[in-house]
Amino acid sequence: MRPFTYERATDAQSAVRAAVETPGARFIAGGTNLLDLMKLEIEQPQHLIDVGRLPMAGIESLADGGLRIGGAATNTAVASDPAVRARFPVLSEAIVAGGSPQLRNKASVAGNLMQRTRCAYFYDTAKPCNKRAPGSGCGALEGLNRNAAIFGASHACVATHPSDMAVALAALDARIETLTPSGESRSFTILDLHRLPGETPQIETHLIAGELITAVVLPPPPPGGQVYRKVRDRASYAGGLASVAVAGGQVALGMVAHKPWRAAEAEGALASGASPAEAIARELDGASTLGRNDFKVPLVARLVAAAIGEANGRGA
Amino acid sequence: MQTTITVNGQARALDIDPRTTLLDALREHLRLTGSKKGCDHGQCGACTVLVNGVRINSCLSLAVMHDGDQVTTIEGVGTPEALHPVQTAFLTQDAYQCGYCTPGQICSTLGLLRELEAGVPSQETPAGARPVLSDAEIRERMSGNICRCSAYPQIVAAIRDAAGSMA
Amino acid sequence: MSSVHDWTPTNPVKENRSGLIGKPVDRYEGPLKVTGTAPYAYEVQTPSPPAYGVMVGATIATGRITGVDIAEAEATAGVLIVWTHLNAPTQAPRGTKVHPRSSAGSKPALENDRVTYFGQPVALVVGETLEAATAGAHRVKLTYAEDHPDVDFRARLDAAVSPVGEEDVEIGNFARGFTESPVQLDQTWHTPIQNHCQMEPCASTVWFEGGKCVAHTSVQMVKPAQHGLAETIGIPRDDVHLMTRYIGGGFGGKGQTYDDLVLAALAARALGRPVKVAFTRQQMMHGTIHRPATVMRVRLGAEKDGRLNAMSMMTWTHCHRDGNFTEHASNFSRALYAAPNRLTGHRLVKLDLPGAGPMRAPGEASGTLSLECAMDELAEQLGLDPVELRIRNEPPTDPENGRPFSMRQLVRCLREGAQMFGWDRRLPTPGLVRDGRWLVGMGMAAAIRGNFLLPAKCSFTVDADGVITVKQGMTDIGTGTYTVLAQIAAETLGVPLGQVRVEIGDSELPPAPGSGGQFGAATAGSAALAAGQNLRTAIAELATGDEASPLFGGRPVDVTFQDGLVAIGNRSEALAELIRRAAPEGLTVEGEIRPAADAREWSQQTYGAHYCEVGVDPVTGEVRVRRMLGVFAAGRILNAKTARSQLTGGMIWGVGSALTEGNAVDPRYGSLINQDLAQYLVPVQADIGDLEAIMLDEVDDKANPMGVKGVGELGNSGAGAAVANAIYNACGVRVRDYPITPDKLLAGLIARGL
Repeated sequence: MRPFTYERATDAQSAVRAAVETPGARFIAGGTNLLDLMKLEIEQPQHLIDVGRLPMAGIESLADGGLRIGGAATNTAVASDPAVRARFPVLSEAIVAGGSPQLRNKASVAGNLMQRTRCAYFYDTAKPCNKRAPGSGCGALEGLNRNAAIFGASHACVATHPSDMAVALAALDARIETLTPSGESRSFTILDLHRLPGETPQIETHLIAGELITAVVLPPPPPGGQVYRKVRDRASYAGGLASVAVAGGQVALGMVAHKPWRAAEAEGALASGASPAEAIARELDGASTLGRNDFKVPLVARLVAAAIGEANGRGA
Repeated sequence: MQTTITVNGQARALDIDPRTTLLDALREHLRLTGSKKGCDHGQCGACTVLVNGVRINSCLSLAVMHDGDQVTTIEGVGTPEALHPVQTAFLTQDAYQCGYCTPGQICSTLGLLRELEAGVPSQETPAGARPVLSDAEIRERMSGNICRCSAYPQIVAAIRDAAGSMA
Repeated sequence: MSSVHDWTPTNPVKENRSGLIGKPVDRYEGPLKVTGTAPYAYEVQTPSPPAYGVMVGATIATGRITGVDIAEAEATAGVLIVWTHLNAPTQAPRGTKVHPRSSAGSKPALENDRVTYFGQPVALVVGETLEAATAGAHRVKLTYAEDHPDVDFRARLDAAVSPVGEEDVEIGNFARGFTESPVQLDQTWHTPIQNHCQMEPCASTVWFEGGKCVAHTSVQMVKPAQHGLAETIGIPRDDVHLMTRYIGGGFGGKGQTYDDLVLAALAARALGRPVKVAFTRQQMMHGTIHRPATVMRVRLGAEKDGRLNAMSMMTWTHCHRDGNFTEHASNFSRALYAAPNRLTGHRLVKLDLPGAGPMRAPGEASGTLSLECAMDELAEQLGLDPVELRIRNEPPTDPENGRPFSMRQLVRCLREGAQMFGWDRRLPTPGLVRDGRWLVGMGMAAAIRGNFLLPAKCSFTVDADGVITVKQGMTDIGTGTYTVLAQIAAETLGVPLGQVRVEIGDSELPPAPGSGGQFGAATAGSAALAAGQNLRTAIAELATGDEASPLFGGRPVDVTFQDGLVAIGNRSEALAELIRRAAPEGLTVEGEIRPAADAREWSQQTYGAHYCEVGVDPVTGEVRVRRMLGVFAAGRILNAKTARSQLTGGMIWGVGSALTEGNAVDPRYGSLINQDLAQYLVPVQADIGDLEAIMLDEVDDKANPMGVKGVGELGNSGAGAAVANAIYNACGVRVRDYPITPDKLLAGLIARGL
């Protein structure tokens, strides 16, 4: 790691101020992804602002039947929360499908959203990667791209977002609350948090410099059953090949795009009476593959149809 | 940077490089080498320790992030002369071979038992249900600790034994 | 010792009066391992604070280093040394053996500007702290003239040739036998590169003390490590004291040393202080050896009753450009099934990939993944039960050379396994059993692995407290060596286990070959038995010649050893008392074992049968191993507990090779793409359902004086094939390109209309 300085933030306002005033500053909470990348010098912050102990780890029920989850809440805390398990089971299921218990005990909700791709070409600093080294090219495009995106990729980047939790949040229409460096709060849908790669895959979110995710707000759950399903190469502790979160008629896909992919086409078809298989087929009309990830199209088709069926069963 | 961490019940004041991970602080500065470095990236679990009673990967945490924390390492669990029931169970069930992942497995077991008690779900827990100590739950919850010697069946047996003897 | 017949018909291990041989006792070093107090190589206490070395790997696969810029690295705070090939200390040229009997020659690090594989160590940075050294290592800037790497194995099969000095083995006339067979099978299987992924990355801690180099490293074989280091850094062999007392997994990958050892020694010498160097997990993938990929073509020709008329297994594989390792995946098939017409052989192509080398059950691990699936496919073609097909092809003698088997209980393994597993509940037609979202199927496979004995020595000391100390330059890589040596010593001398100390993993102890090829327990244990017998003789002579002993005047051959006593009939005294009085300084003897000259007159193998039940999700192609049983026959078992762990561990390796493990090569860069444990997927707990290993009673008198054989690799042999066959039975899809991941299975499921 390159040398850096470290401070433990005392409150969110001073944290965001420090983040813009200190060159090369980054927030750290759990650190499970940031330190992973710092050790490889893929991330090279000059200053770390530890927001992990700020009083924003609470989970509170809202009057409208929704839930506010503090950005510093651990993944385990969210997955275990009785209200989450009772009303937003897809979120709990998604979280426990990711990482290991040790990682979930440490990783924060905000950090989970901010985690970076597991693309092998991003991790190997000897390889070209436009996300890690803009302009160097994309090693995965013509490489071993079994895990590559099938939606929304560009010639510059075919990486996927690895989060399980974010897929459930996308299906649940979660909103992100932030604090900007000027001290203002903002709120926007999770679908507006992450970007598609385009020509600038190194820019992964719409957050502005120094902006801190303070909470995730869940609106009341949509009517209907909820299910999270993830397919991976081993039974646990592995990144996914594809995943799906279903919450009533709302469907989001994981590990298929640079962001959690809300399956709007499929949802529209479902709403107009299409079968789950027809609905997801409509969504997959927009998919494009690279060869080694061709299998993701039938995999997603089958997985989503099965998951919708399962959710319908649970909702009945 | 000045940092004080209570390790195995003892306050340890460190003047430490901010880059030093909790794992390296334990191994290289405090000479508590029971916590192992298998991957240094949170991919194997050999470095598992308990921080304030909760299991984490000590390789993916900076020592300075733990100022004021209570850390329990394998050295604080038991000694060769006075084994903890989980250690005894690992010994008698032969729940290890080379022994390198073992401290992490044992610390992880302690974390697992506590998480079960607290009702933390896993992907094996039926929706809405309280988790129980089934083989499937043990297997899922111990999947963050790789054992390349593959003592997995013996580890499940050891955890069942230990949970029984600690109950 | 010239003949297996010279081995005494009875010995203390065979008599087993105290019952310690075979007993499932806890591991000798277990209390240290479960408390984290066993020091592995990077953790040994150094006489003064160590400096930390970090290696830098090449970022090309083949070419030359044309530019070196170490200014920034050297200027990094806390950095003490930055070495590349330009300024590394002089080492003996590669392969130098100043001492003609060195078991390894010089292996210089940072040798020259040539890069021959991706990740090859090309620089070392030593710092006051690990953080400083790591930061410095990132600041080393090298430029390269890159050659095009020749690494695409499957594209280079045409260039493969017979390994030097090897010819195909043909018995009878395979081509005719195959053509004339009414039932034929001709299929090809692929296995990928695999990595050992020992939990402890290779590491060394070295310092100099009174002119002597004290080196702790993680290695399976002591003497070659000691000799190789001495030859490389140019000091007498006896001036290297090499220790490897606790080893965090080996599996063949630590059968040799790597540059961490030499670089730690050179840096320790240059700095005059201890230096520690470890591989990172990422560096392990390229920087140490791997199991090479294979392409295996199996052809079977059978009569309609299932008897094989022709059998051929040809393996294509690869090794490093400068290497000569061959993955002999076809060899095991030579001893497995009867068939009058046989053709087996290997083709090797040299590539610009890292070093290929042995990995747990080299040969069998890959080879059974094809032949044992081919047998499953043939059984289906014949409408025969796969167990029955194997039994019908059981050879009376070794089918290649006609030699008698020293001991062969394969059929018993097959039959007892089938019964214990409930094989009769298997439906031969695939895809008929469902449990929730899972299609359920059963598969089986045979296991075979050769058995060897190598020369070894061992010393036993009895001291005035009656404590027996076993000393041997042997290693324990998790195999149970410490424990079985303690059991042999306690049983031989008739003392409780608590009265035995075991010291191994040290170059200054009587030499033993180390751990590998599942020869460890038999070899080290046989030398220990010899030492024990020699110590018994010495003690017996001492007692019968000592006027103060109640045994005085008796015949040494009549002395018995039990319960801490030496006795002749009802005359006895405590062993400790005798030694305290008659040999207060203690007694030390050596024992030695050598292979019998006629050992090869018998075909010697270990055997087993695997049974596996899997679930396949027909929607996603996910596979789960629900339960698995292995039944094994491998000679006398020294410790039922540690042997079982070895076998179940091997079986799980089979699960990994069937389902998840493989390093993919990106031919553009000449490198493996998955470089860590998040991307190279070894099995985790959740992958393994109910799994059990059963060991049949057996004593193989042709193997060694104890009648024991190895188990460390046997469990791996065939296990993956049983998984693959179960997948087919579950869903009707054969995937012949390992590992069988959901994407590959999905294609077949869709094709089957599932």
